[in-house]
Amino acid sequence: MIARSHQDPLRPLRTLGLAASLALLVGCAHWIEDPDAAPDEAAEDTEIETEDFDPTETEALDDPEDAEEERLERARAEGLDPDDPLDAAVLDEPDSPLATRRVHFAFDSSDIRDDDIPILEAHAEFLREHPDERMTIEGHTDERGSREYNLALGERRAEAVERLLRANGARSDQLEVVSYGEEDPLVDESNEDAWAENRRAELLYD
Amino acid sequence: MTRLKRICINLSLVALLVLPAQASADDDLVIDIIGGIEGATPIAVVPFQRADGVEPETEIAPIITANLVRTGRFDILPEDDLVDTPGRLEDVRFSTWRAQGVDHLVVGGIDDAGDGRYEIRFELLDAFQGQRTDGRRYRTEERHLRTLAHNISDRIYEAITDREGTFTKQIAYVAVEQREDGDGRRHRLVVADSDGHRPQTILTSDEPLLSPAWSPSRDRLAYVSFEGRRSEIFIQDIRTGERDRVASFRGINSAPAWSPDGEQLAVTLSRDGAANIYLIDVASGDVRPVTDHWAIDTEATWSPDGEWLYFTSDRGGRPQIYRTTPDGSETERVTYEGPYNARPSISPDGERMAMVHQHDGQYYIALQDLETEAVQIISDGPADESPSFAPNGDLVIYTAGGTEGQRLATASIIGGAVAPLDSTEQPNTRVREPAW
Repeated sequence: MIARSHQDPLRPLRTLGLAASLALLVGCAHWIEDPDAAPDEAAEDTEIETEDFDPTETEALDDPEDAEEERLERARAEGLDPDDPLDAAVLDEPDSPLATRRVHFAFDSSDIRDDDIPILEAHAEFLREHPDERMTIEGHTDERGSREYNLALGERRAEAVERLLRANGARSDQLEVVSYGEEDPLVDESNEDAWAENRRAELLYD
Repeated sequence: MTRLKRICINLSLVALLVLPAQASADDDLVIDIIGGIEGATPIAVVPFQRADGVEPETEIAPIITANLVRTGRFDILPEDDLVDTPGRLEDVRFSTWRAQGVDHLVVGGIDDAGDGRYEIRFELLDAFQGQRTDGRRYRTEERHLRTLAHNISDRIYEAITDREGTFTKQIAYVAVEQREDGDGRRHRLVVADSDGHRPQTILTSDEPLLSPAWSPSRDRLAYVSFEGRRSEIFIQDIRTGERDRVASFRGINSAPAWSPDGEQLAVTLSRDGAANIYLIDVASGDVRPVTDHWAIDTEATWSPDGEWLYFTSDRGGRPQIYRTTPDGSETERVTYEGPYNARPSISPDGERMAMVHQHDGQYYIALQDLETEAVQIISDGPADESPSFAPNGDLVIYTAGGTEGQRLATASIIGGAVAPLDSTEQPNTRVREPAW
């Protein structure tokens, strides 16, 4: 059998609960259909049904992480570090749109540029396919204008990215929005090129 | 602004000429005044006479001169033009000073008071009346001489202008520098004298700090810190260093502004979606919404009577200044001139508003008369921000930004004098976000 992941300590309990419920249901159905059946017989039936819903078996059948597990095995087979989640390998593929973790904005604008939409769609798809992945979206502005207004503008940019990711299938609980306004410039200079670089949203996988 | 006159006084040079044996701590002190000073009061500040063997490190007269110059209300006789250096009323030949067009004269002396203390005497003299307007004698230690110089500056200012002096009131600001190990930036929250000297760092963080605001009682600062990797609002006691986190909701927690009674903070939160203005009761922590708009509403500041909150909003498409009642029931637009007006600060008399104002693509500090709506640019640009009125309303302190980085400067509301604030911070340190 495939090695078990114990990331969710409650899973065995929940599965056991499900099994017990189903067993009870089956038991009841039997009792309704055959009210005259001997109590011992019913108990025997229940025991058999319980064994059919063995927690280990149930988990093995239902566990979505098995697919993940198989991909990890493949990664090991391909010589990748087994401790490094395969996701990282996918994310680091240089030709993938996922390798781009930064989108830029026009002055005082939070509109996503057309060129950046395929990039964000790719990230949304990745997040959809990797429900355990989390992303922090940092919004940034250039240095011009007032700092507090820029803090709010940075949030508006990060939220524009978040909306597009959600519209394309990422869950809101996978996404966190933080604005740094103009406080964390990428290029610490005062010129048009620097400002264009600094007006950005950063996509940071946790 | 062609009629502007540029005066450059290198005080260190003067100090060295007058007192060649003194290695002053203020060797780099340069006052660079740009602005008209028509109608300014002519005054001479004579270097304080030192008794034999008395050599304090702190020079009092240059501190007074710098303070007075900054206000734009005084036309200071350059030290090179001093024909005489009297130390007391009895030694003054008033006709000489009248001939030089001087209305007022500051003289003084410093003597040994024993036990490492000094006795300092100052006199403010009226050149036309030939009389003493004010005079006082103090005994203190070296470490208090700067405070004393500010104190004397306040007395002179009050005696001549009949307005409150605020040189003794401290400023707060944010200093930002590259870390020595090259790994990111260090942010410091600093409290300093009103002339930028004697900075005391009260908080250091690798993450951004911004928007310090004095409580009306001036014992606490509210500010925004990213120490938790996102914006949160703190209130810190200046003396004890103790602090409370007063806002840490989902989204933005920023732009704190104390109500005139000190009981409430107007803040910007985005916990319910867009950035809006809220009030936080400082004692209870209760939060109440003021604005509820899909646009950005931020940078709230109170009118001195507490009846209005002025704030920045881009609800009209671009950032402009609006005002609303603290219950949010009545809101109106305040600025119409220029494509970008933000970060309002209201003068203590409620008559003027200082703001960041965009003109020809550059950012200046401008004043708007709240009655006539007339707008006047008072700074030099090109990337000025964060205006804050002096407690007496006569000066606006702000961040002067440009290719040379950021430093603090003051602009006078009359006379248009602009002066960079002398700073003891390192030259490559960005000094910004002043609150006075």
